[in-house]
Amino acid sequence: MISRAERTPFSEWWWTIDKPLLFSLAALMVGGIVLSLAASPAVADRLNLDLFHFVNRQVMFLIPTVLLTLGISFLDPRKVRRLALGAYLIFFPLMIFALFFGPEIKGAHRWIQIGPLGVQPSEFVKPSFIVLAAWLFAEGTRRDDVPGHLLAMTLFGATIGVLILQPDFGQTMLIGVVWGCLFFLAGLRWIWMIGLGGLGVGGVFLAYEALPHVRARFGKFLNPETGENFQTERAFESFVSGGWFGKGPGEGTVKRILPDAHTDFIFAVTGEEFGIIFCLILLSLFAFVVLRGLWHALNEDEPFVRLAIAGLTMLFGLQSAINMAVNVQLMPAKGMTLPFISYGGSSLISLALGMGMLLALTRRRPRARLVEGFPGAVPAGQFS
Amino acid sequence: MRSASNAGRVRLAMAGFIAVYLAIAGKLVLLGTKPDEQAKARIDAEAGLATRRPVIADRYGRQLATDIETSSIFAEPRKMIDADEAAEALGRVMPDLNLDELHKKFSTDLGFVWVKREISPREQAEVHRLGIPGVGFLSEQRRVYPNGPIVSHELGAVNVDNQGISGLEAYIDKSNRVVKDGSSQPPELNVALDLMVQHAVRDELEVAMKEFDPIAASGVVMDVETGEIVAYVSLPDFDPNKPADALKPEAINRVSVGVFEMGSTFKALTLAMALDSGKVKLSDRFDARAPMRYGKFSIDDFHPTRRILSVPEVFIHSSNIGTAKIALAVGVDGHKAFLKKMGQLDRLRTELPESAMPIVPRNWGELNTVTISFGHGLSVSPLQTLMATGALMNGGYLIPPTFLKRSKEEAMTLAKRVIKPETSDMMRYLMRLNATSPAGSAKKADIPGYRVGGKTGTAEKVVNGRYSDDKVMCAFTAVFPADAPRYALLVMLDEPKPTKETHGFRTSGWNAAPVTGRIVARIAPLLGVKPDFDIPPMLPPATQAAALGSIQ
Repeated sequence: MISRAERTPFSEWWWTIDKPLLFSLAALMVGGIVLSLAASPAVADRLNLDLFHFVNRQVMFLIPTVLLTLGISFLDPRKVRRLALGAYLIFFPLMIFALFFGPEIKGAHRWIQIGPLGVQPSEFVKPSFIVLAAWLFAEGTRRDDVPGHLLAMTLFGATIGVLILQPDFGQTMLIGVVWGCLFFLAGLRWIWMIGLGGLGVGGVFLAYEALPHVRARFGKFLNPETGENFQTERAFESFVSGGWFGKGPGEGTVKRILPDAHTDFIFAVTGEEFGIIFCLILLSLFAFVVLRGLWHALNEDEPFVRLAIAGLTMLFGLQSAINMAVNVQLMPAKGMTLPFISYGGSSLISLALGMGMLLALTRRRPRARLVEGFPGAVPAGQFS
Repeated sequence: MRSASNAGRVRLAMAGFIAVYLAIAGKLVLLGTKPDEQAKARIDAEAGLATRRPVIADRYGRQLATDIETSSIFAEPRKMIDADEAAEALGRVMPDLNLDELHKKFSTDLGFVWVKREISPREQAEVHRLGIPGVGFLSEQRRVYPNGPIVSHELGAVNVDNQGISGLEAYIDKSNRVVKDGSSQPPELNVALDLMVQHAVRDELEVAMKEFDPIAASGVVMDVETGEIVAYVSLPDFDPNKPADALKPEAINRVSVGVFEMGSTFKALTLAMALDSGKVKLSDRFDARAPMRYGKFSIDDFHPTRRILSVPEVFIHSSNIGTAKIALAVGVDGHKAFLKKMGQLDRLRTELPESAMPIVPRNWGELNTVTISFGHGLSVSPLQTLMATGALMNGGYLIPPTFLKRSKEEAMTLAKRVIKPETSDMMRYLMRLNATSPAGSAKKADIPGYRVGGKTGTAEKVVNGRYSDDKVMCAFTAVFPADAPRYALLVMLDEPKPTKETHGFRTSGWNAAPVTGRIVARIAPLLGVKPDFDIPPMLPPATQAAALGSIQ
């Protein structure tokens, strides 16, 4: 029994955690299993794997994901910060390591092999980078003697530098946008905002000019008739053939043709088998998580916590929005997974990291400002 | 700390996310309202199959065309697991399929393609036993014509999707007699045709094809009181069950689509015009002693008599000189106006989509009137001529021909008076006289009892811009019984060859006329025309004496 009378670490957690957020995330995880059952057997069959290969692995990864999410959600903001720093210090070097020693997969060096597991370090760098950037921005805003903004820019430059070298255009864009938003929320002047926006557009333009596959994707998106926009076209058709109520679980046919049916295009498979109404429900679940997170940020006074919550929420929200937008042909094809729904071990663990931290930061805490010196409160901005 | 402004910026981020999610939701809703193209291909196919066409029956309800249910195989390449295996398995069961094409079709990711239409029950069982995923059956209607080629040009044909593409089948589609959703059987379409008469006409024409070896033979029987087409044959024809045969160039519908110089059969029109105008009387005489000269042209008779001829003599000797002089007595303008009134200068439209525009001389001068008076220099469709012949015989009413059943009352509402009843009487007399007189060119068509009247026509065909001596178009217009005409008949033989029996002649009197006679002998009893062996050639008493006295 969880009782308010007795103060145990668990009861304290239970009474402070944001339950709507917790249950929404749980619902997404369960949804991920169900939709994986729909989408991945066809892909597994095509790859001559066991039919439930991807389902089994998804379930297998979900156990550490749940444990990690819950475990991290027990942390207080200071420990969250330490965790982020630790993760960044482990995985950023691994990212550089992958650049030189990782196998080349689809023309990019993103993976490293640890025993039987392929790990994509950039997935873990993402949430930790966001938390660290939030901390640096908060410090820069709070204290004039710490060059927080400059450090945040340096951190950003280093991270996306490696991502561009991999190359990973999607993650670069994602991290760039979230970092820009953080900068904006940290109180950047509008004039700077415009300059930064110009830099972003310039970066995209540069990528378009320099990277042939980026150019090809834009070209295909803008002229669907000329290019072989195979995946997005099939995705489009699958929504149309599914209609409002879908063909029913297992009845879809588009998944047999789509190579990325279990990852980037699982939303389209969902559309065909479960229907557009179900897709709208899934969409509102994501929207709820995002708006709930930003609502927390709105009501948070502590600069680091506010920025970290906003950053993690936007990372999650942007990733989901980009994936769904690609699926419904609002954006050019982009290697972006749908959080918790798409198959992928690294992606799941990375989400556990990010969402665990989000849950930890959104827990109700006694206001630091009101109870100065309270042992549980964090002297804001202090790193010990 | 700029807390207030920061809160505003968080709200801006929230608004941004709301906008993005709403855009995605909006696109999803848009996709939900979009029609499914792939599913539509199949729905369209099924809708096509559901089409019910009316049964076509002849005037006594004998079936000419009907639907039977068959199966067709379709495939959904998108649902196929192994396209190559599926194609090969189907190829083993149905060796007539084009395997390469099948491979190509199955390698697409379309939602619906046809594999084979209208398969046999055995094929269906075998394909069913193969159990290939993504292959299925749809039952569909197939048009069958139980009489085969006996009724061909009139019925036309349907394509593989059961849409009429020619003949009455096209008319059925155009006049919305098809039930598209398959909910009910449309009412039977009763046509004017009499299957037994049709068969007799076709049978005799086939004999004529063997006997005279023409490149084509056609025959049409029309009820002169209603304009109903009772028989309609144009050989060579085709079997509507094999619609591809209809595309053979020799199988064109010569009765409606072909236009021909009708030759001397046109003389009936010239005489009717002259007699009706009052400018020429049956007792008038015309000088046919010498050929007519028109600049470098010379008009002469085929069987020159070289004497002065009465009007009936001009007709039965088929004198070109006499007819030309009769036409000139009416004049160019009168001639043109009369032929226009008789519907010879405009396209004749019937229920059949097939029709042809007459070829009319652009500058119609005296020479044109001279040649057209005996059927050269104006090309019309045979059906058009038959319509005019009917008007000369039925008391003077021009009635547009029809392939559908029509009552006498209905016909009268459409009819247009073109000549006086007295003129019609005189024309009946002349036509009958041509068959009864020993000098008449139609005497080989005179079947005892049925009082046949007729007019021959032998038009030299134009070969390389000149009239040819040995290539002729033989036509014969007939009417029976001539004293009270019920049916008009047109027989045409295109390039008949001379035989021993015709003593080397290739003129209409030697081939088209006897063929017409044989046809009348067979169809008159079927049509309920009672034979009468005692009726003499008749004319109103006033004109009779003068006319009869003139014949030598």
